[in-house]
Formats: sequence, C-alpha cells, structure tokens
Amino acid sequence: MPLLVLQRLVSTIPVLLVVAVIVFLMLRISGDPAAILAGDTATSAQIEAVRQAFGFDRPIWEQFLGWIVQVLQGDLGESLFTGLPVTTLIAQRIEPTLMLALTTIVFSVLVAVPLGVLAAWRSGTWIDRAVMVFAVLGFSVPVFVLGYGFMYVFSIELRLLPVQGYTSPFVDPVAFAQGIILPTLTLSCIYIALIARITRASVLETLNEDYIRTARAKGQVERTVLFRHALRNAAVPIVTVIGLGVALLIGGVVVTESVFNIPGLGRLVVDAITRRDYPIIQGLILFFALIYVVLNLIIDLAYTLLDPRIRY
Amino acid sequence: MTTHQGDGPVLSIRDLAVALPAGADRRYAVEGVSFDVGPGEIVCVVGESGSGKSVTAFSVMGLLAKGELHAERGQILLEGEDVLKATPERLRDLRGTRMAMIFQEPATALNPVMTIGDQIDEVLQIHTKLSPAERREKVIAIMEAMHLPDPQALYDRYPHQLSGGQRQRVMIAAAMVLDPVILIADEPTTALDVTTQAQILQLIKEMQERRRTGVLFITHDFGVVAEIADKVVVMRYGKVVEQGPAAEIFANPKVAYTRMLIASVPSLEPPTRTAASGEVAVRTRDLVKGYGGKSWLGRATQPSVLAAKDVNLVVRRGETLGVVGESGSGKSTVARCIVRLVDPTSGAIEIAGVDIAGLSTRALTPYRRRVQMVFQDPYRSLNPRRTVGASVMEGPMNFGLPREEALARARRLMSLVGLSPDALDRYPHQFSGGQRQRIAIARALAMEPDVLIADEAVSALDVSVQKQVLELLDQVKREFDLALLFITHDLRVAAQICDRIAVMRRGEVVEEGPTRELFLDPKHEYTRTLLAAAPGRHLGPAVAAE
Repeated sequence: MPLLVLQRLVSTIPVLLVVAVIVFLMLRISGDPAAILAGDTATSAQIEAVRQAFGFDRPIWEQFLGWIVQVLQGDLGESLFTGLPVTTLIAQRIEPTLMLALTTIVFSVLVAVPLGVLAAWRSGTWIDRAVMVFAVLGFSVPVFVLGYGFMYVFSIELRLLPVQGYTSPFVDPVAFAQGIILPTLTLSCIYIALIARITRASVLETLNEDYIRTARAKGQVERTVLFRHALRNAAVPIVTVIGLGVALLIGGVVVTESVFNIPGLGRLVVDAITRRDYPIIQGLILFFALIYVVLNLIIDLAYTLLDPRIRY
Repeated sequence: MTTHQGDGPVLSIRDLAVALPAGADRRYAVEGVSFDVGPGEIVCVVGESGSGKSVTAFSVMGLLAKGELHAERGQILLEGEDVLKATPERLRDLRGTRMAMIFQEPATALNPVMTIGDQIDEVLQIHTKLSPAERREKVIAIMEAMHLPDPQALYDRYPHQLSGGQRQRVMIAAAMVLDPVILIADEPTTALDVTTQAQILQLIKEMQERRRTGVLFITHDFGVVAEIADKVVVMRYGKVVEQGPAAEIFANPKVAYTRMLIASVPSLEPPTRTAASGEVAVRTRDLVKGYGGKSWLGRATQPSVLAAKDVNLVVRRGETLGVVGESGSGKSTVARCIVRLVDPTSGAIEIAGVDIAGLSTRALTPYRRRVQMVFQDPYRSLNPRRTVGASVMEGPMNFGLPREEALARARRLMSLVGLSPDALDRYPHQFSGGQRQRIAIARALAMEPDVLIADEAVSALDVSVQKQVLELLDQVKREFDLALLFITHDLRVAAQICDRIAVMRRGEVVEEGPTRELFLDPKHEYTRTLLAAAPGRHLGPAVAAE
C-alpha cells in the first residue's frame, strides 16, 4: 500500500508537467498578452514597455522554465491585475467551493444510493420507473434553470431562504446553512441522477449473484441482504462515480457559483479568463489537475478497502 | 436447538406442483412430486437439466424466484410443519436453523468481500442471542468439525484465498452451525476436482452419521449417487419417474430412463485402440508458461508461478490425446498456448513443423486457421447478439472466403453436426446446451483446421447429451483426419474417447501413455489417486485401481 501511494505520487509528476506545458502554450498562442494587458488605447511603445516589464519579450522556453522553477518552489506567480499571489487567491476562494462540493456530494450520496438500491430491489415496478424518470430529469434540466427555479420558489415566493451569497460556517453556522441549501439542491440534482443510476445498475447485477441466494438461505432479512451483501459488492463503480463527481465539483461549479453569487474557485476562473489574467489561469488549471490526480489515487485506495481481491 | 425427535421423516414432500409462468414450454416445473427424507438418511434426487430437481430443492427453502415460480399444490412438511404455508418471517426463522442449503459453485456462493468467519458467524447473528465471544467459539468449533485447517487464521481470510474444497467446507460449516435437521445440497461437488469431490462426499456422509442430519442431495451424476445415496429419486420433465433404495435402483432399475442414465455414465474401462500413425500435427517442446513477476515499474522479471513447465506433447492426425488433470494443473494453459491465446514464456510449439511460439501476430495469422478450439461453456462462448450463421462464417470470411462460399460451407457443417441449416439464422439463446456445443464445433470446423482442441467441451452437458457430443467429436475427427487435443478433468470421458492420455499436475506432465495401459497399470502415484477418487468406480465394468 505505501509503495502504491509512492508510485502513484511519482507518476503524478509527468502528468502535471504535460498539463503545465499545454496550458502555458495555449495561453500564449491565443493572443499577445502584452497588447491585452496594455489596454485598447495603448500605443505600440506602451505595449513594448509592458512586454519588457512582464518579461514577455524573452524566448518562450525561458519564460516557461522560469515559471516552472517558480511553481516548484510553491509560487504560482501573482495576478497581473491585483498583484496578489495566486496561491493566496486560491486559498481565499477555496473554502466556499470545498464547502459546496462537500454538502453536495454528501447530500447526493445520502439520497442517491438508497434510491438506487430501492430501484434495483424493485426493478421493473413503478418504484423503479419513478426513480429512473427522476434520474433522467435531474440529468437533463440545466443547472441555471434549476437554480433560478429554486430561488424563485424558496427565496422570492416563500421567503424561506436567502437569495444569494455565502457565509463561512466558521463565522455564522446558521447563515451558512441557510445560504448553502439552495446551491446544494441545485447542484445535487445531476449527481443524484448519476449516482442513483449507477447504483441501480450495479446492485441489480449483484442481486443475481449466488452469494445473495446464500444470504437468503441463511435466513437473512431483506434489508441486510441488500445493504450488507449486495451494496458492498456493488460499491466499486459507485465509488468511482462519486470520486469523479467530487473532482468535477471542485473544478466545475462555475454556473452554480455565478447564479448564487458565491465567491468560489469557479468564479475566480471565470473572472481570470475574461481579464486574461495568465498566472491565475495557469495556476488554477495546475491546481485542478493536482486535485484530479489525488482524487483518483484516493479512489484506487478505496477499491482495496472495498474489495479484498483488489491488490496493487 | 433440539435435534429431531422420533423416527418420522424430517422432510416429507407431498404431491408438490410448482407452476411455471404462462408461456413456458410446460405448465409445471415439477408436478406430483412426493418423497420423504428420514433422519440420518441421504436421499439423492437425480435428473438431467430441466428435470425439476433444483426447483424441488429451492421450493423446500422457499427460495424460488419471486414472481416466476410458485408452488401451486401440495405440501412440504419440515418436521410436520408445512413450509409452503409459512409466513416469510417464519421461513426466515427456519432457514439456517432447521433447514440449510449448500450450492454448486462455492466460489460464487460465498460473498467475496466478507471474511470466512463473518459469513459463518452471520447465521449465529441472525438466529441466536449469543455474545460475540460465544459466537466466535462456536464458529471456530464448527470450522474444526469441517476439518478446515487452522480455523483461527482462516477466520479472517477471504473466499478467494481458499481452495475450492475449503470453500465448500466453509459453506457446509455455515449450513451446519445450528445443527439443522435437513441439509439440502444442490450439486455440491459438481464444480470440484475428483479428489476434492471424494473428500466433500466423505464429509457429508460423516455429517449424516454423526449428527443424524437428513440430506437431500441433488445431482446429475450417477457416479456420485452410487457413492453416497441411501435412497434415490429419479426425476424427468418435472415428475418422479422412479424411486427406491439405492441398492435396488442400481441392481434393478425399473424404468428405461433410469437404465439409460446409469448406462450413459462412461465406463472407466477404456476400449482397446490401435495406435495412430498419421503425421505429427502439433508438437510442444519444453513448453513453459509463467505468470506474475512484474517489478513495480511494470517490467517483467522471473515469473513467480509456472502454470506449465517443460510440457512435451505430440498429437498426430487422426489421434485423440487426452490431457487430464485437476484445476490448476495447467491443462488449459497448455491449450491456450497452442492456440496462442496466451504467449508461452519459453519452449516451442510446432504446427505442421513450424515453430509458432515466438511468431508475431502478423506472421501467426496463417497458422491461426490450422488450430481451432471448442470451449467449455457453450452459453458463454457464442456471442449472444450475433446469429449462429454470423458466428460460423466469420472465421472463413476473415481468411478471404467469399460470402456465398462461406454460407454454403456453414450450411454443410450444420447438417454434419446434426442441426438444420436454417439454424444459421437464429440466435444462440434459441438452442439447448448440447445444440450450442454442436454449433461451437461447426464454428471450429468451418476454419478447416488440422488440430481441434476441446477444452472441457462436454463438462457442462448432461450425460445423455454428453454422449452424443463425444460421438460427434469422434466422428469429425475421423472424417477430417483431425488431431484432437481433448482437455478434461473427467477420467470416465477420457477413458472412452482418448487414444493416449497425458496426466498433468501443477504444470507438469507426470505420466503419459496409451489410454488402456494407463488405466489398467498406472505408474505414477498421482494417476492412481485420481483413478481411486472417481465416484462410483464399480459402475460399469470395474477397473482395478486400488
């Protein structure tokens, strides 16, 4: 096990390097950074000054090497506009995103897994069909429609919850809870749909296994047969989807954060892209890549806990 | 947990009828089934697939597939209580306490992600109020009683870390831990090796003698019946055709079907055969296949397991070489190497004089056609979504045969293997197991091979069907002058079809020779063990193996 972790961490390096090269090149290819930084009304002399000030006049490999050396020292550079270190910006923005990802995935799993098991257990009945219809809906309704819909009903009509904004749980837990409910509901729909579907398919398969029959032959009650025997054997694909869901949540909550005006990483990305704030974009993409790699490692380790036959 | 009182039957099935869903080929899965199992009595229910023997067993446990099958008439009296009338709660109480069941395939009947100990302990958790310490003590005790080695250590192991025989012992331990009055065993030794089978049968007998457990033993194998049955119930098409004490059934079977079943158990006495003299079609020289041995950077190092070591085999055209061995003996590995489904680690494989062991995929192509294979499970070896015709014609067309000619060849082969040519337009699920195996043979023959490898090709079939498929294999071997490499664990089948036999154990050929010589005068200790373990040795003309 420790060997696996070490091996996987080492193999992370080339992955991140490739990501770094691609990100770096793509941003340089898509336009002259100096011209954009200097603004629409800048003269060519001003642009040249900017170019020299930021080092854009150096050969591209030199710029890249310089950046990589920085990154290896844990320095992702500074924002071109605010001058704040990118690491500081990420640290500032990560809390709302992590909190939203956490509440979403916990809520989704708590709802979706029992739903999926139920659908599998009663496959072919109206219960199964109802769960699956819900899954299709959850999948196909766009996030912003759901978000504004929830907001309209719960915040504007019923006046139960705040419309927008984010409060840290460490500042005011009650306000945090009130504020996080609607974004969580909005984001959860798609994950509930996804996880419920995969749970149903996976459990349905294991329910045909011989050891399920054995459990029943022992006189085991149906609930335990489902949750102790079937679900644990069905867990590997479910955990895979949950793990990827978490990774997607951290990098991909842009729309939800915009709809509910939450100052998270998603918003940071969008703002940086519109302003072409290179260091932020580069830093964030590298950061997301790292999160993906680490989550994949965690998923693989979870497999070995779930299934004793899986050993690396 | 009282044991059964009195001498009345522990299980009494009275006029049981189980209805099939509408649209099935017959109305009842079983009908008018009546028999008793007394305390300490082993009753064997024998029949081929579709006879209703398993449905009967599952009815007792109340484990019939919900919504598909239900008992319509009759009674199943467990110590006088009709389980057909029991509530689901009562049934759950009875399972594991008064009646218990073990299954055919111990590898899949155990939950792969739970430890052995927990799986036995589960029965105690469900049905008793014992403390964890008391439960553990009881689990260890029953594991000892099942002769499982080192129960304390085994308690925390997972099923995949055990051998097949040990897994079945664990199943029996879980079934017996609360001393039920009846043990239902559904083909419990079918998936096991002969030597293991003998040990498990011994264990079941021990159980019946020591604990006075009644045993309802479901099997298709008359050899096994001869080993253990006190009483025999023969079933066919859902009905009991004959029942009586075992000695009587064997000595004087009244019904033609019973006689046929007994007669179709292949004899252990091989017929006299003349040695084949055709040209050598396939030869292996010092064939080695190793597995494992990868360093953590993924580079191959010394293999840690040798599935086959220094295997030297020769098969001539017109000859059948049997490769006999138990699971893990390497017999299938050798077959897979010869077809190059797996790449051998070292050694040579000569097809028509050319060594193909190291050929690249491209260079290998012309030789692929010359060696064809028929696999064990005809339910899985044919693509369920393609018509039979598509499967049979695919190979020849890959080798450039025009569609019309491939079709004509496929039609000829269908008649050759005893199927109608319009079978080509149908799908595998529309055929029985025996028919599918005929299709698989036609598919192999369509390539016009020199060598046909049959890997346990008749093991999954009923005895009567098995006999027909063996005859077909023998017939096509003669007709096409094929070299037939016949991989099997079944000594009886090998005795009947093979000219020569190679006995494999742990990757090595321990003995090789003409079939009759090898059976009548086995040289190697292991060959003798195998022959001695074959169930029902006295069935058919006996061969002195002791």
